[in-house]
Amino acid sequence: MNLITALVRLLIFPGLLFAVPAAWFFMWVERKAVALMQGRIGPPFMQPFYDFVKLLGKGTPTRSDGTGMLMRAWPLIAVSAAAGAVGLLPVLPSSGGFEGDLILLLALLELPSMCLIAAGFSSRSIFGEIGSAREATLAVSYNIVFLLAIVSIAASQHTFRLEALAQLHSSPLLWLGVIAILVCLPAKLHLNPFSLPNAEQEIYAGPMTEYAGPELAMWELSHGLEWVASCGLVATLVAPHVTIWWLAALIFVALSFAVVLLLSVVATATARLAIDTTVRFYWQCTLIFAGLIAVLAISAPLLLRFRP
Amino acid sequence: MCYCRRRSPWIFHMNAGSCNGCDIELIASLTPRYDAEQLGVLLQGSPRHADILCITGPVTRNAVEAIKTVYGQVLGPKAVVAIGSCPATTNVFIDSRTLDGPLDRHIPVDVFVPGCPPRPDAIIQGIAKAADILAKRGSNPPAPGVVIASESTPNEEVQA
Repeated sequence: MNLITALVRLLIFPGLLFAVPAAWFFMWVERKAVALMQGRIGPPFMQPFYDFVKLLGKGTPTRSDGTGMLMRAWPLIAVSAAAGAVGLLPVLPSSGGFEGDLILLLALLELPSMCLIAAGFSSRSIFGEIGSAREATLAVSYNIVFLLAIVSIAASQHTFRLEALAQLHSSPLLWLGVIAILVCLPAKLHLNPFSLPNAEQEIYAGPMTEYAGPELAMWELSHGLEWVASCGLVATLVAPHVTIWWLAALIFVALSFAVVLLLSVVATATARLAIDTTVRFYWQCTLIFAGLIAVLAISAPLLLRFRP
Repeated sequence: MCYCRRRSPWIFHMNAGSCNGCDIELIASLTPRYDAEQLGVLLQGSPRHADILCITGPVTRNAVEAIKTVYGQVLGPKAVVAIGSCPATTNVFIDSRTLDGPLDRHIPVDVFVPGCPPRPDAIIQGIAKAADILAKRGSNPPAPGVVIASESTPNEEVQA
């Protein structure tokens, strides 16, 4: 029974069967929102699907054996990690089975970015290497804020279990954590103003410069799944606790959609920053959030102690 | 697959010694007024991602090797659109000793979009026509026939 629940979660909802169309839908929402804000009409609803199928039908360049195998492997690892991360999200009320924990979720969320770095370097293209170096620098900067936020939320609950984190009551610390995660998401999803690794036109396509055809399709898919996973993470943190499964699913989708819209609007309204400005921004964020969390963490027990 | 190919033409823009007029018009076809993204057209940074190679300019001697390299880097199925009169005929620069044009001496061209510079509507029509050719042809080698996207009568096509 546990195995079946785990498989259903990984393969159907919120796993692959839900996540892949959701990934295409979120990518369409992002492109459409950008187009509408620029006064354009934008791509048709099925556009990400057309792009995906078209890329599957294109050729791949011939490469030497070792490089070719590596370059085929990276996008596949990225897709499976992102799909696993989506499957782990505690969307539905507790149902038993394999639940995993926060550390596994964080690792799976981080894996696509690691694959991207490795992919850029293994493609041996100068633009790929620049993009990978930028992605690595960026990952070091934003991940501290990201981990700080998530770990502080988890520490306040004294647990790393995902089920417990999905049932949080709203507290200043939770909202602070959610804001910190939202600050990190544009960098995680390579959106403006932190679209440095894939800086289109500036360094061609960054780490993806040498990828083509089905491999590029897999990268697009993993990017879409990252959208679902990271917006879904925010959605599960802020979602109110409901026991009816279809209502929980509906709230999850609506909240993810709102996060996607918010990120797209920010992406359209801003221009790309330079790498040093970005790094400085995230380190300043680290300091600010660390200070605020320290104040909250110290003040909460003190307030409790002096309560009449 | 054919339908998806037709609905998702990703273009790569290459300047082969152009005066920048056609380049500006190509960018204009992506701006809010003409919005080619409705047809799925995306301007790609890397030729590896592109389906359609858009070439402007009268093909200078320096550009020939670059054009051949980039044409090789675009993976099949692919199409080539020559934008402006320059790549089609070398235009007013004809007989110049710095040129090695027109473009179809070096790579097979599928669609010529004449004009100096052509209007953005004509460019979009040319790209849409190239996407059609791409969808019909699939991975077969390019056929020798070329289509001209006419500037003055956007709804009629002239077979060369």
